Amino acid sequence: MNTAGPPLIEFRGASYTYRRGEEGEIPAVRGVDLRIERGEFIAVVGSNGSGKSTLAKMMNALLVPTEGEVIVDGKSAADDDKVWDIRRTVGMVFQNPDNQLVSTTVEEEVAFGLENLGVPTEEMHEAIDRVLAEIGLGEVRHREPHNLSGGQKQRVAIAAVLAMQPECIVMDEATSMLDPRGRIDVMDTVKHLCREHNLAVVFITHFMEEALEADRVVVFSEGTIVADGTSSSVFGDGIDLNAVGLDVPVVTALARGLNERGYAVDRTITGLDDLVEAVCQLRSKT
Amino acid sequence: MLRNSVTIGQYLPGESLVHRLDPRTKIVAVLAYVIILFMVRGFSGYAVMGAVTAMMALAGKIPLKMLVRGLRPVLFIIVLTVTLNAVMTPGEVIYSLGPLGITREGIFQAAIMACRLLLLIVTTSMLTLTTAPIDLTDGLEYLMGPFRRVGVPAHELAMMMTIALRFIPTLLDEAERIMKAQMARGADFQSGGFVKRAKSMVPLLVPLFVSAFRRADDLALAMEARCYRGGEGRSRFKILRMGTRDVAAGALLAAGFAVALVV
Repeated sequence: MNTAGPPLIEFRGASYTYRRGEEGEIPAVRGVDLRIERGEFIAVVGSNGSGKSTLAKMMNALLVPTEGEVIVDGKSAADDDKVWDIRRTVGMVFQNPDNQLVSTTVEEEVAFGLENLGVPTEEMHEAIDRVLAEIGLGEVRHREPHNLSGGQKQRVAIAAVLAMQPECIVMDEATSMLDPRGRIDVMDTVKHLCREHNLAVVFITHFMEEALEADRVVVFSEGTIVADGTSSSVFGDGIDLNAVGLDVPVVTALARGLNERGYAVDRTITGLDDLVEAVCQLRSKT
Repeated sequence: MLRNSVTIGQYLPGESLVHRLDPRTKIVAVLAYVIILFMVRGFSGYAVMGAVTAMMALAGKIPLKMLVRGLRPVLFIIVLTVTLNAVMTPGEVIYSLGPLGITREGIFQAAIMACRLLLLIVTTSMLTLTTAPIDLTDGLEYLMGPFRRVGVPAHELAMMMTIALRFIPTLLDEAERIMKAQMARGADFQSGGFVKRAKSMVPLLVPLFVSAFRRADDLALAMEARCYRGGEGRSRFKILRMGTRDVAAGALLAAGFAVALVV
């Protein structure tokens, strides 16, 4: 993680209020301050309706804050001239794999973003070959999206974003409609990109087990950040996750239970291996 | 599966000479064919046009069965046109049917109409038989390109067709899912007359439309997130190139058309 220099994405007291005729004003994000650094893998967790999806859409100027500011790579999302730069810098993968693919074949899907940027045809072909090989979609490049599995479709969406050479990928609950296998594949792909390309990843999810994979976890509730830190600090004792409508990860719940029954197990354990280790040490002591 | 019973367009995948022609060549050729067809006078001209069609079908390796199948839905129109032409054309009556009379000129006129319609339908269906829908879309976008200046939204129309092609299978799957869900709750889509069956489609179509609009919303957002802003400043992934093959095919067809007009 590179924390030197200005952050990649910065929220400065940013709020977003939906204005709908009959229902009046619905504040979804309220005065958020958040810095996302280059190459950082950050998970945003929150229950349904906590505003985390609105937060995601503010990161690439799909939504412009109604109050405060969002600065991406030194550019303000409110600046109309910079919107396309921002969207190229921060790519986004959405929840429903069926509703975000535009083209009739995988390679054309990856080409779509490049066409929009006006990349010359020859460069485009090179970029598509490279990206498809990297994400492991070379074999399905001529297939139609509806013949792919959910996990493959989401990886196509990731490849399509990656081809545009962004600095950050926002995964807006991109795994919530997938089967466990697809979820693992998508997570592995994202982790690989973060490591190999120093790409910042914002992983929005309500699966706590996925959030544990991140360097940093942000807990979002009713439009505000209620916790922000490493996974062990957030899932440890920091806050009452149940109060914000979330579950404690199973491993941590187990560690807490053991701790409360008087065993010398750290309450903040988040990794399965760590828990096994701690339990083994208990046995050797008795 | 519902999806398998509905073929999108009627594309017959293949590697034949006609399949490999540039889609623009084929579109222009078919357009020219249709225009020539209405300019041709006399049966020898139609015979030449028929020969041109037969050559195209041979070069495209299209089974006769497929061409005949394409005619079936329009058979009624052909029969009607022929009958009307035969009895309505004034002239020398050679056979009387009550108040109606079949005239010599009418038979001539009817035969010409039948030739025209048959050749028209067979040849135009050849275009969709040998060209994948997505290639057809690309070809149309290229051909409409010059008309952008007078306000034809060439790119937008092509994009709409691409998205429609992409979503047909998705919506068919969804229709099947909704149908099964309704059937599980006792809905009946099969029995009853036309009106009853049409009525029973309402609980299928309403959720399908609602979901289609939701999908459209999602898709628009996803396209904007990937910097889509209309056709301006866009580059192309697929470049259409005309080759020797297209020139040769064009020259042959032009020769055929010329002969048809002269004879």
